[in-house]
Amino acid sequence: MNLTIMTEKRDSHYFMTLDGELDLYTASKFQEALEPIKSEGTHDIKIDLSKLSYMDSTGLGIFVGTLKSLGKNNNELYVIGASERIERLFEITGLKDLMNITKGDES
Amino acid sequence: MSVNYDYVEMKFPASAEYVGLIRLTLSGVFSRAGASYDQIEDSKIAVSEAVTNAVKHAYKDGEQGDITIGFAIYPEKIEIVVSDKGKSFNYEEVREDLGPYDKDENVDFLREGGLGLFLIEALMDEVFVKKDSGVTISMTKYMDESQVHADGESITNG
Repeated sequence: MNLTIMTEKRDSHYFMTLDGELDLYTASKFQEALEPIKSEGTHDIKIDLSKLSYMDSTGLGIFVGTLKSLGKNNNELYVIGASERIERLFEITGLKDLMNITKGDES
Repeated sequence: MSVNYDYVEMKFPASAEYVGLIRLTLSGVFSRAGASYDQIEDSKIAVSEAVTNAVKHAYKDGEQGDITIGFAIYPEKIEIVVSDKGKSFNYEEVREDLGPYDKDENVDFLREGGLGLFLIEALMDEVFVKKDSGVTISMTKYMDESQVHADGESITNG
């Protein structure tokens, strides 16, 4: 019951992979990984959720905050590879329409 | 009156690191009762939301406390009761005390800055909330999904 985060800097964006569970306990780890990228304010972020087995409203809140923060600098947040369960959370909360959520693998 | 349910109760420290363990416990209880994958996953999120709320709001400023979680396992449904008071409770009494809540009024404390209660309502079939000295949230998942529509309590996904 933990979360492993890998961050890789690419040309136009940061690529992050979340592996494990994103909940109240692991949220701070995710926040800390996002913080430097958000304050830099120069890159898009792509987050691969294909290895994320659990997420709840704590995670959704971080995505909303990140979306807002990146938007200030006209940067984009992409979410890729989310399981049906996790995609459904974005859908029932109406966040799916605000975010770039795609099935595809990394690109 | 004979009791037609099994009751399991557990007490956990009100700390974020136990939320995952509570989900594991729920998986075990629900699997044993024959719940489907989706029923288990929905309920895992709902119970995490209730526990997250208790951890964030019930015990502030480093105060130590416990969360009590009760599972009432009926043939047709499982009711989960999460209380941030930490004391063992009489399930029958708690049940009688809980009532439908006014969606606009007395649960604002749960809605502040979060999607937690919204998700609980969306993912569970019946939800009751009571606030006195602490907060008690009751959430029910029906095992036969066709019953959900029959009693009209379902909150369908928009």
